[in-house]
Amino acid sequence: MGFGRFLVFRSVNTLVVLFFTLLVTVLILGPSIDTIVVRGVEQEVRGEIVQNRALVSGFNDPRDLQAFIDGQVQVRLSSLGLNDPFFSPVRIANLMFKIMTLDFGQSFYLRSYEGSSNVKVIILEALPRTILLFSTATIITAFLGISIGAMVAKKAGSLFDRLISTFAVVSFSFPLWWVGMLMILAFAYTFPIFPARATPLIPPSDPGYILSLLYHMTLPLITIVLISFGGWAYVVRNLMIGTLQEDYITVARAKGVPESKVLYGHALRSAAPPIITIIALSLSGSLGGAIITEAVFDWPGIGRLYFAAISVLDLPVIVGLTYILTLVFLLSIFIADILYAYFDPRVKVG
Amino acid sequence: MSTVPSFWKEFKHSRSGMAGLTILIFLILMSVLALVTIPIDTFKQWHNPNQWIQLPKGAAPIWTNFFSEVKQPEHLIFDKPRVEERDFGSISVVSHIYTFDFQFDGFPNDFMLDYDVSYVGNPPFLEFSVLRPDGEKVELSSITLPPKPPRIIRYLYNGTLFSTDRNLRLGTAQFLDSVLERSIRIDEVSPQVSILAVKEDGMIKAQTANVLKGTYLFNATFFLFDEEDQLESTVLIIGGKVFGLLGTDDLRRDLFLGVIWGTPIALAIGLSVATLAVGIGIVYGVVSGYHGKRTDEIMMRANDLVYALPALPFLIILTISVGNSIIFVIFYLVIFGWVGIAKVSRSMTLQLKNTGYVEAAELIGASRWRIIFKHIIPQTAPYALASIALSVPAAILTEAGLSFLGLGDPTLPTWGQLLHDAHQFGAAARGMWWWILPPGFMIASTGLAFVLIGTAVESIINPKMKR
Repeated sequence: MGFGRFLVFRSVNTLVVLFFTLLVTVLILGPSIDTIVVRGVEQEVRGEIVQNRALVSGFNDPRDLQAFIDGQVQVRLSSLGLNDPFFSPVRIANLMFKIMTLDFGQSFYLRSYEGSSNVKVIILEALPRTILLFSTATIITAFLGISIGAMVAKKAGSLFDRLISTFAVVSFSFPLWWVGMLMILAFAYTFPIFPARATPLIPPSDPGYILSLLYHMTLPLITIVLISFGGWAYVVRNLMIGTLQEDYITVARAKGVPESKVLYGHALRSAAPPIITIIALSLSGSLGGAIITEAVFDWPGIGRLYFAAISVLDLPVIVGLTYILTLVFLLSIFIADILYAYFDPRVKVG
Repeated sequence: MSTVPSFWKEFKHSRSGMAGLTILIFLILMSVLALVTIPIDTFKQWHNPNQWIQLPKGAAPIWTNFFSEVKQPEHLIFDKPRVEERDFGSISVVSHIYTFDFQFDGFPNDFMLDYDVSYVGNPPFLEFSVLRPDGEKVELSSITLPPKPPRIIRYLYNGTLFSTDRNLRLGTAQFLDSVLERSIRIDEVSPQVSILAVKEDGMIKAQTANVLKGTYLFNATFFLFDEEDQLESTVLIIGGKVFGLLGTDDLRRDLFLGVIWGTPIALAIGLSVATLAVGIGIVYGVVSGYHGKRTDEIMMRANDLVYALPALPFLIILTISVGNSIIFVIFYLVIFGWVGIAKVSRSMTLQLKNTGYVEAAELIGASRWRIIFKHIIPQTAPYALASIALSVPAAILTEAGLSFLGLGDPTLPTWGQLLHDAHQFGAAARGMWWWILPPGFMIASTGLAFVLIGTAVESIINPKMKR
């Protein structure tokens, strides 16, 4: 199978998966959304009718008034297309089409900084900050992990090597968000170096906002890097040790190629494809974990938005964010696959 | 690696594996201790504030006193008073007297008197006072208990006098009026400080005063106006700043109880999720790999679909809309846990399929399912063991994460929920490290134990990874 066909195959596959996840999301959350929307409509209609004194005084029996309100609610619901059950194909198709075109509707409670209740606006406001934090963290982690991993691979079995391996295993079992709480306790309160809440207090329109944002980003950034670089170093070390035993490395050494060139030029290069895959996958993996990490640090990205949406059960925001997260997640898996195939032509689709 | 004894022999030589096993045994002992010593009913009261009313609020662990120059007061609960009773005809005067030696450097957090009185007619009258070591007597409060509701013959009244009560403050105000420095307003001084502060030159310098150490005598005197009236019991609590092995949280809950009970729950969640997920994954992968062709293709595509779901957002929407009872949470975690294992066991099956004994079994005419369950699945057992060990930490971490977001099962408080509350109440901002450190440490060490065991088992199965 050629690279072009591989590309088409993976794209179609990704789209199918995206469609499927969206369907699952809609099916799981559909009933809850309906209940909340119907309750909202009831309140709205009742409010409007009770405001209208002349209309209310026209009813002598409260039961008549109630019947009238119920009738109005039904009219409103059918105009919204909510008469069918949530699992009717028409409604599901409608909802899915809306979500796919990024039309997430209006939020129930949450607002953007400017006060907009458009879910798309709210999400797009938070998304860049999440990308900023997690891509910076991934880049630093990857850099540290690869250089340390390559370094210890050269001296496998040394004290430093064992230290790194131990650190990797230990940091793997630590919940990042708990370490975050400890970091806040230590470096925001016991030693007040960094702000405890990572949301800058000045408005985004202020010229100093970017600087302030970067300063507020430091503590979460340090925490993420601290917890993740050990695992990276460990993986890179294992990959490198594997390649360092290959014949061509022995040949290169025998030829008199300098050791550093053997290490970084030959060995690291041939270990590149899996490393790139890990970068893409760890980026997408950390985005899922972002919900908890951002909640702990109060970093104003989509993770904290998701946390806020769960707390007040703002379902349109939850649906929108789930879709966006899935999209980003699938996109990074897709890119990882493509890169892997590009760098390692041995990969064929089974 | 063919028999259990030889496996154990190899495992014994793995230092990290033995370290993991040691931690695990320690955790199991902790679980047994929790299950045996603390009845589950106590633990189910975790969210019931009345259960914890007698404990101090936000107290540090008791052993912190050991490391500090200033000895903070321990939490004191007295329920065995000296009883003095005098009768004047139909009126009786019952005094419950509590005497204790207070030798701490810090002031108590608060204090309270809890009492049960039953009466048939006129409500009793309560006088609460304290005699200080320097001979000064402070009238804390004198109140008439609420009237008996008309239809009840014998009214059992349970009352509490808090140090923050208004009439108790008024009582101490009289005392302070004569001894307090003029620059301070009386209502700025809390009762526990005013009655325990040292007098210098006849004055209490409330802001800088030290604790007056010595024997205090708290006296709760009840005037009962009918022969049938009865003072059932009283409890005096001097609210400490240190309590128990792991302190208490803002809702006065004993954190040691929460942490120790979290162990069996975490182990149960981790092990049940891991076993189910690995079991399903192995069977799924073996069936898919052995059948091959279209079945394999369809099953692996379905596997890919689940593999591509971002786990945490889906776990969240499932707990929100379907339910967050612990059984459900375990079930959700299994949904996302089996996929990776199915992939590996499928590729193992593809190799095993072409081995001599499987072909031999086919030739004899053994059925497909017999081959799958008798000949292939047993071969994957070592891999299954390693995967179970490695799946446990993931399950425990994910459950902790969900609980941290406030989506855990409210009837079974887990370590993640302790941390959720700590975050909610701003424990970090107030330096309450004892609320943050122990639960997370338990999560981390449980995870670590299984990671260590898992990697050790893995390296025995697959010697290529050993170096």
